[in-house]
Amino acid sequence: MSSLLTQEVPISWYLLLSAVLFSLGVAGFLIKRNLITVFMSIELMLNAVNLSFVTFAHQWHAVKGQIFVFFVMVVAAAEAAVGLAIIIAVFRARATLAVDRIDLMKL
Amino acid sequence: MHLILFVVFAGFCLAGAINLLLQSHPINSALSLIVVMTSLAVLYLLLGAEFLAAAQVIVYAGAIMVLFIFVVMLLNAGREEHTLGSRTARSVGFPAVVAILAVIATVILKAQGLGVATLGEGLTNAQGSTNIEVLSRVLFRELLLPFEVTSILILIAILGAVALASRGDGPHGNRERTGGE
Amino acid sequence: MTVLLHHGFLFNLWFIPLAPFVGFLVNGIFGRHLPKWLVTAVALLAPLASFSAVLYESNFSLYTQTEIFGTWINIGALHIDFSFVLDQLSLVMLLVVTGVGFLIHVYSAGYMHDDEGYARYFSYLNLFLFFMTVLVLAGNALVMFVGWEGVGLASYLLIGFCFQKNSAADAGKKAFIVNRIGDFGFLIAMFLLLANFGTLTFTEIAMKLGQDPGWQGGVVTVIALCLLLGAAGKSAQVPLYVWLPDAMEGPTPVSALIHAATMVTAGVYMIARTHVLFDHSPFALSVVAIVGAATAIFAATIGLVQNDIKRVLAYSTISQLGYMFLGCGVAAYSAAIFHLVTHAFFKALLFLAAGSVIHAIGGEQDLRRMGGLWKKMPVTFAVATVGVLAIAGFPPFAGFFSKDAILYAAYLHGASGKALWFVGVVTALLTSFYMFRLWYLAFLGQPRGEAAPHHSTPWSMLAPLVILALLSICGGWIGIDRTAGSTGLSGLSNLSGLVNWINMERFSGLLAPAVGAGAAGGGSAQLELILSGAAVGGALLGWLLAHLFYRQKSTLPVRVAAALPAGYKLLANKYYVDEFYGAAVVKPLLAISTYLLGWVVDKALLGGAAWLIGGIATFAGALLQRWQSGNIRSYAAWLAAGAAAVLLFLVVPWATAWAASLEFVGKMAGH
Repeated sequence: MSSLLTQEVPISWYLLLSAVLFSLGVAGFLIKRNLITVFMSIELMLNAVNLSFVTFAHQWHAVKGQIFVFFVMVVAAAEAAVGLAIIIAVFRARATLAVDRIDLMKL
Repeated sequence: MHLILFVVFAGFCLAGAINLLLQSHPINSALSLIVVMTSLAVLYLLLGAEFLAAAQVIVYAGAIMVLFIFVVMLLNAGREEHTLGSRTARSVGFPAVVAILAVIATVILKAQGLGVATLGEGLTNAQGSTNIEVLSRVLFRELLLPFEVTSILILIAILGAVALASRGDGPHGNRERTGGE
Repeated sequence: MTVLLHHGFLFNLWFIPLAPFVGFLVNGIFGRHLPKWLVTAVALLAPLASFSAVLYESNFSLYTQTEIFGTWINIGALHIDFSFVLDQLSLVMLLVVTGVGFLIHVYSAGYMHDDEGYARYFSYLNLFLFFMTVLVLAGNALVMFVGWEGVGLASYLLIGFCFQKNSAADAGKKAFIVNRIGDFGFLIAMFLLLANFGTLTFTEIAMKLGQDPGWQGGVVTVIALCLLLGAAGKSAQVPLYVWLPDAMEGPTPVSALIHAATMVTAGVYMIARTHVLFDHSPFALSVVAIVGAATAIFAATIGLVQNDIKRVLAYSTISQLGYMFLGCGVAAYSAAIFHLVTHAFFKALLFLAAGSVIHAIGGEQDLRRMGGLWKKMPVTFAVATVGVLAIAGFPPFAGFFSKDAILYAAYLHGASGKALWFVGVVTALLTSFYMFRLWYLAFLGQPRGEAAPHHSTPWSMLAPLVILALLSICGGWIGIDRTAGSTGLSGLSNLSGLVNWINMERFSGLLAPAVGAGAAGGGSAQLELILSGAAVGGALLGWLLAHLFYRQKSTLPVRVAAALPAGYKLLANKYYVDEFYGAAVVKPLLAISTYLLGWVVDKALLGGAAWLIGGIATFAGALLQRWQSGNIRSYAAWLAAGAAAVLLFLVVPWATAWAASLEFVGKMAGH
């Protein structure tokens, strides 16, 4: 038990968690049929990447890693704002949030 | 402690992510995503990134996800409907996902030189310097320009969002559509 | 000796072709909008300017002038210039071309006066003159080929001048296509020349042949035979003569200029130009002689029974060209050129006289419907008589001297030469017969048919006739050897304006620097006299026969024709040569074109290939179109697949290297 309490976590576990979260995000992007949920999967992907950045920053004592995460967050915020505004505009035009129904770009 | 904390909160992350995929109503998915984000904040704390943990909770979970929930409620998005799936998504997409995961996992597991994450070890071991101090030292000196650029980026995003989401003719606009499909 | 002389801006050598070319452009582009007198003035000024330039240039003709206007082709070892050469041979030829050309231009002004294509006609005529002068002045085979092709083009345009008539258009096509076969020979000869001598310039080839005595037979024979093929096409020898009778569809001045005096003689000129090649290949020379003799007698036999006045003259042209080839074939090049010059005079005269007759009686060309014109058209009758006497070879007219020179040289050429001489004499008999037949049928006797002259001949048509008649009388006198004791005639030869500056040399002496001294002699003055007597005797016999057949109203021609019906039919149908060519050459070509090229290559291969490519494009497009489904999820799937592919590509070969570098970096980071 004491060993369990004092045991450290290998870096690779963090990275594996990040990889799994990322692939879950991609899977969600492919599976979900609601436009907003698809967008949420994208946010999930971004978070997964943030985790791996922080992990590497921890390992190598690199400040720039954490600063990058900071910038990713800023960009994700801006992107979320604009993306949701687009979703609202699409909803107004097409009256549907189903991904498969929004196919005006079909050849 | 580190291991237990990690396992617990990593479990929360995974559970939230899987729940995001499994739920049919977008509001449930949003709430699951909030769980994921807060768990990630704890993991950041474990890795010694205190500022980022705070930022994660404040910005991501507190602002972005709230925005998502606003939009879900604004558009009255209901349960996902059953539409024609995409054959390509199933046949091409899933193998791609599996491949991505497999490749990255293999690379991570095969990598040498990855050590262990020590709890409490921050960016520096110097006395009296905190994480946020180190961060801001770099951010406001070397990376001042990108920092200012990002503030302009946010400004542009605001303008874009307002322009995109505004209704056509004036403040009252068209009659609001009720109920999404 | 080559001298480059510059005599100022005008009257350099390039002026000679330039004047007709300018005339062609002006009349061709603006002719329709200009008044007729201006068109005529421009058209006549051009050959006159050329002729004056030639006269001016001839002052310097004691030396050979070469003018090079710049490099045409300069690739590696191949170097061809735009070069014009004026030596005695080209001077003589140019005098004929531009002088007779000018006279015929004047004639055309009267003949074509009422034609609506007046300006077009003169622009084509000037174009022809341009190309002909280029051909004559050419210093290398490629420039000559330009002129060669160009005169073929002009001939096509002029033969098919009344292009609304199917027969005229067909005749133009026939001329061009048959000429093409000859041009093929010329091209092969040029390639062989380049391959063996590395140059196309005539003087350089002569030099190379002279230096190395090893050039005998072999390749030189092949080159010479290919050149002969080209000459045969252009000069209407057997078997490529079939276009010339059909070419009579063109206006009569065109027949006079192109198909009597100048273009058809280009082949003879070309052989004279490249005579060094023929001199080094006795086999080729004998082929030339045989072709010439065969053509002469062959065409003469056909001409016996033709009823169209222009056809008779056409076959006589072919026959006389055969004489010129015969002269070349016995290496008597200057004799051949001499006959070329005199033939130009009297043949042009005969054609123009025929044109005058046709013009006067309203377009009738059948001899059987003419007659009794000697009273109504006295001038034409007189000049036509001169022409007939000249071509039959009676002294002292021009034809006698030149024909005699050729026959004399042929006789001296060895055993085969005697046979050729005999053929030549028989041909002279036949020539005399059918020419006098034409004379009797057209001019003498009572008028047959309703063709009565209702146009009087304008002076623009009569003046050239008279001038040409004078030349036909005097033109042969430059061939008189002063030392032969005929001093009485030397005063007369002064009349001929051509001889003033030649110092009364014998014509062959004049041309010797250009065409060589000719075959070795071995004869004597008496032999020459005997041979001439034989030729004249043959001509007299022909006249007598014609008199018997056609002067009185005799049934002799009909009875002879009835006695030999097969022979008569054979001759009247021109030995069925056209039909033979049609069946042997034209039909198979048409069949190949329609079936092989039309169906197999065009429809199946090319059409199939196009269909295939189009099909592939359409199919690929249809396939790719399904990719653009508009479905976001499938786009996302492809994105993921692409990302996976990139990852795989990046990671898989480099996995171990990456792991090693990670360890290294880990060590660097001080872990």
